This record gives sequence, C-alpha cells and structure tokens, in this order.
Amino acid sequence: MDFKDTPEEAAFRTTARAWLAANAPEFELPAGVHIEDAEEIRLGRAWLARKTANRYGSILLPETYGGRGGTIMEAVVFAEEEGRYRLPRGAYVGIGIGMAIPTILKHGRSDQVERFVGPTLRGEMTWCQLFSEPSAGSDLAGLRTRAVKDDAADEWVVNGQKVWSSWAHLTDWGVLIARTDVSVPKHKGLTFFVVDMKTPGIQVRPIRQISGLKDFNETFLTDVRIPDTNRIGAVGEGWACAMTLLTGERLGQGGEGKDRGIIDLIRFAAQTPRAEATALDNSAVRLALAGAYAEEQAEKHFQARLRTMISRGENPGAAASIVKLIYSNRYQKTSGLAMEIREMAGIAHAPDDTFTPELWYDYIWSTALRIAGGADEVLRNQIAERVLGMPGEVRTDKNVAFDKL
Amino acid sequence: MNFDLSDEQKMLGEQARGLLSARSTFDRLRALIDAGFEWDEPLWRELAEMGFLGAAIPEVHGGLGMSELDLAVISQELGRANAALPFFSSIVLAADAIRLAGSDAQQSEWLPKLARGEIVACFAYAEGSAGWTGGAVKARLANARLIGTKTPVADGGVADIAVVLTEVGGEPGLALVRLDQPGVTRVKLASFDQLRAHYSLIFDGAAAEVLDAQPAREVLDQLFDRAAVQAAFEGVGGAEACLYMARDYAMERQIFGRSLAGYQAIKHKLADVYAGVELARSAAFYGAWAAADGGNELPAAAAAARLQAIDAFERAARENIQVHGGIGYTFEANCHFYYRRERTLALSLGGRERWADRLIAHLPDLRSEAPDHAKAA
Ligand SMILES: Cc1cc2nc3c(=O)[nH]c(=O)nc-3n(C[C@H](O)[C@H](O)[C@H](O)COP(=O)(O)OP(=O)(O)OC[C@H]3O[C@@H](n4cnc5c(N)ncnc54)[C@H](O)[C@@H]3O)c2cc1C
Repeated sequence: MDFKDTPEEAAFRTTARAWLAANAPEFELPAGVHIEDAEEIRLGRAWLARKTANRYGSILLPETYGGRGGTIMEAVVFAEEEGRYRLPRGAYVGIGIGMAIPTILKHGRSDQVERFVGPTLRGEMTWCQLFSEPSAGSDLAGLRTRAVKDDAADEWVVNGQKVWSSWAHLTDWGVLIARTDVSVPKHKGLTFFVVDMKTPGIQVRPIRQISGLKDFNETFLTDVRIPDTNRIGAVGEGWACAMTLLTGERLGQGGEGKDRGIIDLIRFAAQTPRAEATALDNSAVRLALAGAYAEEQAEKHFQARLRTMISRGENPGAAASIVKLIYSNRYQKTSGLAMEIREMAGIAHAPDDTFTPELWYDYIWSTALRIAGGADEVLRNQIAERVLGMPGEVRTDKNVAFDKL
Repeated sequence: MNFDLSDEQKMLGEQARGLLSARSTFDRLRALIDAGFEWDEPLWRELAEMGFLGAAIPEVHGGLGMSELDLAVISQELGRANAALPFFSSIVLAADAIRLAGSDAQQSEWLPKLARGEIVACFAYAEGSAGWTGGAVKARLANARLIGTKTPVADGGVADIAVVLTEVGGEPGLALVRLDQPGVTRVKLASFDQLRAHYSLIFDGAAAEVLDAQPAREVLDQLFDRAAVQAAFEGVGGAEACLYMARDYAMERQIFGRSLAGYQAIKHKLADVYAGVELARSAAFYGAWAAADGGNELPAAAAAARLQAIDAFERAARENIQVHGGIGYTFEANCHFYYRRERTLALSLGGRERWADRLIAHLPDLRSEAPDHAKAA
C-alpha cells in the first residue's frame, strides 16, 4: 500500500499543475455569484476546448479520439489538480464527456464515434440527457415516450414528454431513450437515440427550481423526426445503453465539482466569534465538524481503493454507490450546520456577506444531489441487493408486456 | 498510488482468520465467561507460535519485523473473532511503548519475551474519569519506586508486567513494573466487556524502572496514535462480523410469509452499516499507511480512522441486535459479545471527544489564511 504518487504520477502532477496555473484562472467562475447560464456554458465550452487542445480534455480516452491515452491514476491526479479551481464543469459538459461519449463508444458504430466524440471533447457539441419523465424517474424503464419507425423515410417519429432535463435549453444535442415496442416487458422495448436539439417539434420549457435558478426543463417532443443513423445500438438495446450511461454517471460522481471541503467549514467556525472564544471551541460544533472531516477523508480513501480496483481491471460494481450516498448526505448536514454556526445571520444576511448565500445554495442544492443520479433509497437497495446479496424488491411489473401493465 | 493490501498481507489475514475461527468460537467465548477466565491462554500460545504476537516487533528482538499494516491485518481478525486475548494491551500498547521509549537493553530484555508470549504486559494510563493528560496523572516515580493508582487497566489480572504512565521529576514518564512484587495490589473491577477484564493497579512503593531512551513527552502521542489505528482495525473487524451476522440471520428468518432480508427497512439499515464499514476500513488503511510511512500525517490520519471506526462499529453492533429481534437479547445468540466489545474499544484510548480535538489540532493553519468568504462575513 502506498498513498504517495509514484515518480511517474508525481511528474505528471507537476506538469498538470503548471499547465493549470497558466491556463485555468481565465476560465474560473466568480465566487458567491451566479453568472448567466449562457455565459457559464460559453466558458465551459471554451475551457474544454483549451484542455482538449492540450490533451487534457479526457485523460483516459485514447489519443485517436482526442484524449491523452493516460492511466486512471493520471485521471485522478488531473481531477484533483483541476478541482483546486472553480471551473465551469457543470452538466452541460459533464453529460457529453461522462455519458454520451462512453455510450457512443461502447454501443455506437464507427461513423457515429467519428461524428460525435471529437466535437464533444472540443466543446463544440454540448449535451443534455432526455431520460426522466413525469412518471419515470427511479423507475426509468417505465418511460412512455414513443418512437415509431417510418420505414419509407428511414426515420423515427418521437412523441412524449421528458422532464428535469438539465441544460436542455442551451445544449446542442440530447441523449434520448424512448419506447419502440410496447408488446414486450418494460426493459426490453427501449431504444437509444441521439437527437439534435434544434430538430422541429422539440419544445424546451425552463422549470423554476427551489434554488431560484432555472437550469432544468420540461422537454416536449411532438412528431420529432430522428434519422435512423442517429440510433445508437440495436433496436431494443436501449436499456443496456442506459446502463452504460448511468455507470459513467456513477463513476464520475464525487471528486468533481467545486464543492466546499469540510476544512473550509472548520476554518470558518474557527473564525466565528462566540462567548467561549470561537464557534469551533463549542464541543458540539467541534465533534460534528471533526466527524464530517473524518468521513470526508474516509470517502476520499475509499474512492482511492475503488480506483485501485479499476486500474487492475476489476469492477467495483454497486459498492461505488457508497460515494454518492455518503457525500450528498454529509453535504446536506454540514451546510445546514454551517448555517447554524452563523446563528441568526444564517437566515438573513447583510449585503456585503457573500459567504452566507453560498451556504444557502449548498443547503438547497444538497437536496437535489440526494435525488438525482440514483436517489438515496435506490442506492441503498442496490448496495443491499448487489453487494450484500439480499433479495430484490417485490415486483409486479417484471415479466408483463408494457401495454398490459 | 496503490490503495490495497499486498497479497502477503491478505494471506496473513486469512491465516489469522482461519486460526481464530477454528479456536475462538462463540461457544468457546461463552465457556470462558462461564468459567470466569480472563483470557484464552491456550490460544495465546498458538498465536505466539504462529508469529502473530511478534509480527511488528523488530527481528533483532525476536519478532518478524513486519509493518503496522501487517499488525493491522491481525488486529482486524481479532476484532472479527471478538477474541479474549490481551493483544491490544500487551502487543499494540506495551510492546510498542517499550520499543519507542526503551533503551536497547530494555528492548532486548522484554520484547523477545513478549513476542514469544512468555509474558504478558498491560499498559496502565488512565486514572479514573480524570483521564491521563495534563495534570491528571497523579502516579509518581521517585528513587525507582512507584506510588499511585492506575485504573481501569485492561488485562491487569493476566499481565506479568505493566508499562505505567507516571510523573517522573515533574515530567510525564513511562515506567516498567513487575506486577508480582509486594508493592503492587491488583483489584478486579466489574467490566462491561465480559471478555476483557479491567483492574485497578495500586502501587505502593513498587520497584520500577523508567523507559528512558526517549522522553515520554515525545513518544506518548505517537504511541496513542499508532494504537488508535490498530483499535480502528479491531473495530472494523468487529463491525464487519456484525454486518454479516445480521445479514445471514435476516436471510434465514421468515416473517409475514417472506424473508426478513427482503424488507427495505432491513436492507437499507444494512446498506448503511456496510457503507460505514467500508469508509472506516478506508480511513484505517490510510492511518496504518501513515504510521508505517513515519510522515507527519499520522495524528490527523489516526484520529480520522479512530472516529470513523467508532461510528461504524457502534452502528453495526446496535443494528445487529435489532435485526435479530428477541433472540438478539439472549446470551445464546452471539450479538452481545460485539455490543460489549464495541463500547470497550470506543472508550479506551479516549472516545470521540479526545480524538475530535486531536484531529482539529492537527489540521493545517485554521486561524491564519482567512478564506475569502470569512473576510467578507
Ligand atoms: C437537479 C436535478 C437534475 C436532474 N437532471 C436530469 C437530467 O438532466 N436528465 C434526466 O433525465 N433526469 C434528470 N434528473 C432526474 C433524476 O434522474 C430523477 O429525479 C431521479 O431519477 C428520481 O426520479 P423521480 O424524480 O421520478 O423520483 P421518484 O423515482 O418518483 O422517487 C421519489 C422517492 O421515492 C424513492 N424511491 C424510488 N424508488 C424506490 C424504491 N424502489 N424503494 C424505495 N424508495 C424508492 C426515491 O428514492 C425518492 O425518495 C434530475 C433531477 C434533479 C433533481
């Protein structure tokens, strides 16, 4: 066991750090303020383009696709170094890199790989994810959006409604899963497509969120025509594609993003005056923050164990779900605690205080993290069933044709 | 970076597990309690023969000279088996204290005997609820004579010698005392863990020698940090045993016409226990690596490992009884061993408060370098 960089890793870290120091600052997002969505996405594209031009866009992808062809440990090192900056790396680039590319590489044809991978890596093509529907979230396979083949035109005609589609109002392409056969059980009749968001019949309506922002949407699809050449994988193979995509999502979680480390909250408590010196001198606060810090460290080392497995070609499977489950719950608890440390200033702040609004945003955003990308309860089911071997849920829908449900 | 045990370490763990699961069965533990035994002496001899006691003791002193991580693998298996052995007292604490603070002569006199299991040592630090830091230590050593009361002392009944935290000339010191001498009285205490007997050791002018190669001030923190890592592994082993005991029971138990393990309340509970165990194991790995590496990350790493292990084992031990229902409350079921051991481990070496303090004290520059947001606020 060795938690230190190998000489090769250390050398790569030095190179990456120097490159980031010279390139990252001009793309950083301001602290404590939300810039316009369109501006954020513009910065996100530009940062990705800069990285890819220097072979940092994807550390893992082979060079032929525009990646670096590096190791998983190099990817980790780069993510750690990149994480020191507040960079625009939201879903508008994350869905393309972490979901669309892996799915197209695994299930797509070579002309599709050619057409989509390079432009996505260069930030020329941004993506949204058209999966969830009003009646299909955790139970994704219950989705109702229909795709019917028009053989004469060699096109699919899609009708339905998607929801919670992050950044669909500003992205170029969508990954879409739709039902192509209602006469077979729900998981079997699905097919995976990529769709140009400018196609006629797509209407995107922003949804006002509890954060006050509007970065996810309702997406209505009315007689949307998708050429068969934009189908990824075989007809009826949609569920397998979705699983590839969601695995990409899960492995991408944690380690990414500009979230606050617990050390910042500890520092903040140490600088908040109280009758007994500072808030950090209160034993309840101390205990809670030390516990959160210990857990954050443990989670980091757990991820390191997962990466060791992956780099040996082993599949950690559902054990990886721990990371998001633990992270999002801690995030909610500690941002709530941080508000308490502010005492009443935590619920109403002065104009020059830019920190409290960040805490508010964290406290609100944490609720989304506990739901999106596998809700807590779904992750616990996965761990219990796939890691601990406990029985699956009682199901009434498994071997029944979708149109008989 | 490589964040896994080596193949040799995994094999060592399997060996220890094999031996312990064959010898230290739950029926054996029950028999020891019923007979009023304080340890499983024959098993101790076997551990010694297999080299487990001397695993981390230097080769020149009769050990195998292996690393903290190898020792940790053994600690984890002792925790899993909930063994009735003075390993933590004699090997993890006392032998390490002698190695860290003792002179060459002291090391070569005592370490080989400890490695071979010929003698057992205990480590006497606490003096009741007052703890053992600051001015709390009242035991005094003067003119090679020790006066004071240490309590509670784990394994104080079976030990031949004690390493005692005492004041020496106004400074903290570590003294080595033979327990079979007139100036020593041992009073057995009622212990929460029926398989780890604690004693009061009363010293009334007992002959003692100072471990004086290093000032105790300099080695104590390190000693406790290193022990905290081993305790974390013991806790992870115990927690994992609880997890699978609960899982297996739930799989067999039929309730309302189906397996108890199929109910979400139980699945989710055990998923959380599992997450706790894996996080604690990860923190413990890092702690052991930091101990072996000798860098300055040990204090924070040990404290984090300790806090995570307490959380994990506590939850696992409690929920294990819960999943078992009424049978979990019986002496015949095996949950209670862990439920008692968990508290013993959690409170030895100081509990959450002490380690939270230690963790926070070792984080980088908390009060300097104000973060931007705090300046504004
Ligand atoms: C901020 C945000 C961004 C999102 N972005 C996108 C996006 O870009 N594209 C996209 O397609 N989707 C997106 N989603 C949708 C997200 O994937 C779904 O919200 C998620 O899958 C949960 O589905 P649901 O909302 O229908 O809730 P439900 O599935 O209805 O869940 C409601 C509650 O029931 C629980 N539950 C579900 N199943 C079980 C079970 N078997 N046992 C016990 N409890 C259960 C859940 O845990 C949850 O607590 C986003 C969501 C959020 C919050």
